[in-house]
Amino acid sequence: MAAATLGANLSCAVPHGPGDRVQLGHGSGGKLSAALLKQCFLPHLGNPILAQLGDGAVVSVEAGEVVVSTDSFVVSPLVFPGGDIGSLAVHGSLNDLAMMGAEPRWLTAGFIIEEGLTLAELDRIVQSMGAAARAAGIPVITGDTKVVERGKGDGLFINTTGIGVRYAGARPGPDRACPGDAVLVSGPIGRHGMAIMAARGSLGLEGNLESDSACLWPLVRGLVDQLGDELHVLRDPTRGGIASALNEIAAASRVGVVLEDGLLPIPAEVNAACEMLGLDPLYVANEGIFVVFCPEPLATEALRVLRAQPLGGQAALVGRVVADHPGFVVLETALGAQRVVDLLPGDQLPRIC
Amino acid sequence: MKYLSEYRDPALARALVRRIRHTASRPWVLMEVCGGQTHTIVKQGLDQLLGDAVELIHGPGCPVCVTPLEQIDRALAIASRPEVIFCSFGDMLRVPGSECDLLQIRARGGQIRVVYSPLDAVEIARTTPDREVVFFAVGFETTAPANAMAVWRAHQLGLTNFSLLVSHVTVPPAMTALLDSPDNRVQGFLAAGHVCTVMGWTEYEPIAARYRVPIVVTGFEPLDLLEGIAMAVTQLEEGRAEVENQYVRAVKREGTVPAREQVEAVFQLVDRKWRGIGTIPMSGLGLRPEFVKFDAERRFDVLGVRQEESSECRAGDVLRGRLKPAQCPAFGSRCTPEKPLGAPMVSSEGACAAYYQFGRLRETAGAGA
Repeated sequence: MAAATLGANLSCAVPHGPGDRVQLGHGSGGKLSAALLKQCFLPHLGNPILAQLGDGAVVSVEAGEVVVSTDSFVVSPLVFPGGDIGSLAVHGSLNDLAMMGAEPRWLTAGFIIEEGLTLAELDRIVQSMGAAARAAGIPVITGDTKVVERGKGDGLFINTTGIGVRYAGARPGPDRACPGDAVLVSGPIGRHGMAIMAARGSLGLEGNLESDSACLWPLVRGLVDQLGDELHVLRDPTRGGIASALNEIAAASRVGVVLEDGLLPIPAEVNAACEMLGLDPLYVANEGIFVVFCPEPLATEALRVLRAQPLGGQAALVGRVVADHPGFVVLETALGAQRVVDLLPGDQLPRIC
Repeated sequence: MKYLSEYRDPALARALVRRIRHTASRPWVLMEVCGGQTHTIVKQGLDQLLGDAVELIHGPGCPVCVTPLEQIDRALAIASRPEVIFCSFGDMLRVPGSECDLLQIRARGGQIRVVYSPLDAVEIARTTPDREVVFFAVGFETTAPANAMAVWRAHQLGLTNFSLLVSHVTVPPAMTALLDSPDNRVQGFLAAGHVCTVMGWTEYEPIAARYRVPIVVTGFEPLDLLEGIAMAVTQLEEGRAEVENQYVRAVKREGTVPAREQVEAVFQLVDRKWRGIGTIPMSGLGLRPEFVKFDAERRFDVLGVRQEESSECRAGDVLRGRLKPAQCPAFGSRCTPEKPLGAPMVSSEGACAAYYQFGRLRETAGAGA
């Protein structure tokens, strides 16, 4: 592309009409690919390392443990209340690092774009991705784009890999839950999954359902600073919700987990939507909360640290770890009975009546 | 939550449990008809709270569970056809047929859509005129008005590419079939509140009188169920056998008349096969002759599909209250939600699934004791 054209378009990242769409040629490696890179990706994601446009990124790490985590994002619709696939892809990988007790440093991003996606929508999503990365202070240092034929993708898939360095003193792991631990959650449950269901539009759900997608590292760092090695387990309950996350921890640590129904912070709008559809909020996905296991005497301090930041304002103690029924998560109902909270065999399926 | 938390109040629930325990002079056997009620009972642990004051037997009111295997096979045969968009409530997708389930048909390329209302399926038919759109109309009287409305709407729109695979069943014939059974143990019923919201309770009055059983129309929240149980136990203790209404906030004696009229305009009573129970005369709904052009069984010629149930699955005994799910030899071993032998292990309202999901710890603890 001629330099003059580029210069003329600097004020507008994607100089296309509103109906212009991604073509197979945008993934060809030729001029269209270069234009997409220069007009969409670099303006939003640009930083000195990415700008080198080498086959890979070169970074320096001080002595310590490097933590790497990768995740792919296939959400539909691409844009939803509270976020979009771009911000979600940033938060998702950063949060996976945070759950390992790692301070995020860098991100990589791979885009698989379906032919026909409007350039305006792609631009909006990459812009949102850039904003989320900047807000977290983490640069996207290398990336890749591919275009697949119409019908072979769902608009846009994004893969991100997060690279971080283990934070001093942090050693959380799913196998470190002990009897006597308290179980906390950092915020209200079920918002992301129900926001996505509402955004799909076929349910006629209205109201304030908004995804909780957020970067969790600032909250986690506060906890690590206060609790250090006493922070036994961190887990972000994404797919499968809090029930699945707790089951995995109970199995890995060979302990029982007891939840108290009345303590779970479930927003009224999530509860209402779940009741209507016959879904259980415990299995609904989250993208901006995490569960914490720490010794019970430290729970008050952990809650104070979490609640000191707006994102953790509704943090709550929800249960405890016991030596009984290892591998099982049990919910104490408000009526005083107990029931098992198991892993689901597949997706939650809305009921008939 | 407004209009919901009020019906889950722990202090009121404990007071009702005390009342039931105080009233019951012996362990009465009650059947809750609807799978939704079974789910609340097991999920909230109401049966644990009641102890041996009342034995709750779980009834046949789970539409997914009572749909016979051959009807699932017919659905799979239709859904496999390349010209068909097969629409269903989510519950039905994982119910095993003889060979596979709807989820597997979808993975092989079948067009299967989860819808939340049969009218959504009509809309798909209207906007996709080059495809055959079939809706799997499963359910008791509760879902019948919406399904009748879908047929009515398709008729009004003059759609020729919409049809219904009907597997509708009705509650009263199932109750009399249970009561007629020589080994019946049920002494009182909690009738399904949502079915009665549509149908009212006049149909139940002759049953209560003829079989001398109390029938209490009951809701689905913990306090509803405990109050329904308390009312049934009081009747039994006093030697009464009447139809009473616990679910007054939703149910009137005559039901919802426009909904009943809609059902009667489109459907008529037919013989219907129930899973594990067999054919019960005049226990189902089928399309009236004037709407038979919307009958998917005829359109796709699947009436010849016949299939016997797995001999190992004791769904029939569970659905008739003869067997508690955990007493089935296959429960939790050869039959799990991941690899179910029968529908009651799959549906969210199925008694076996409810026991597996919520009650396993108790069963494990019980076995160990």
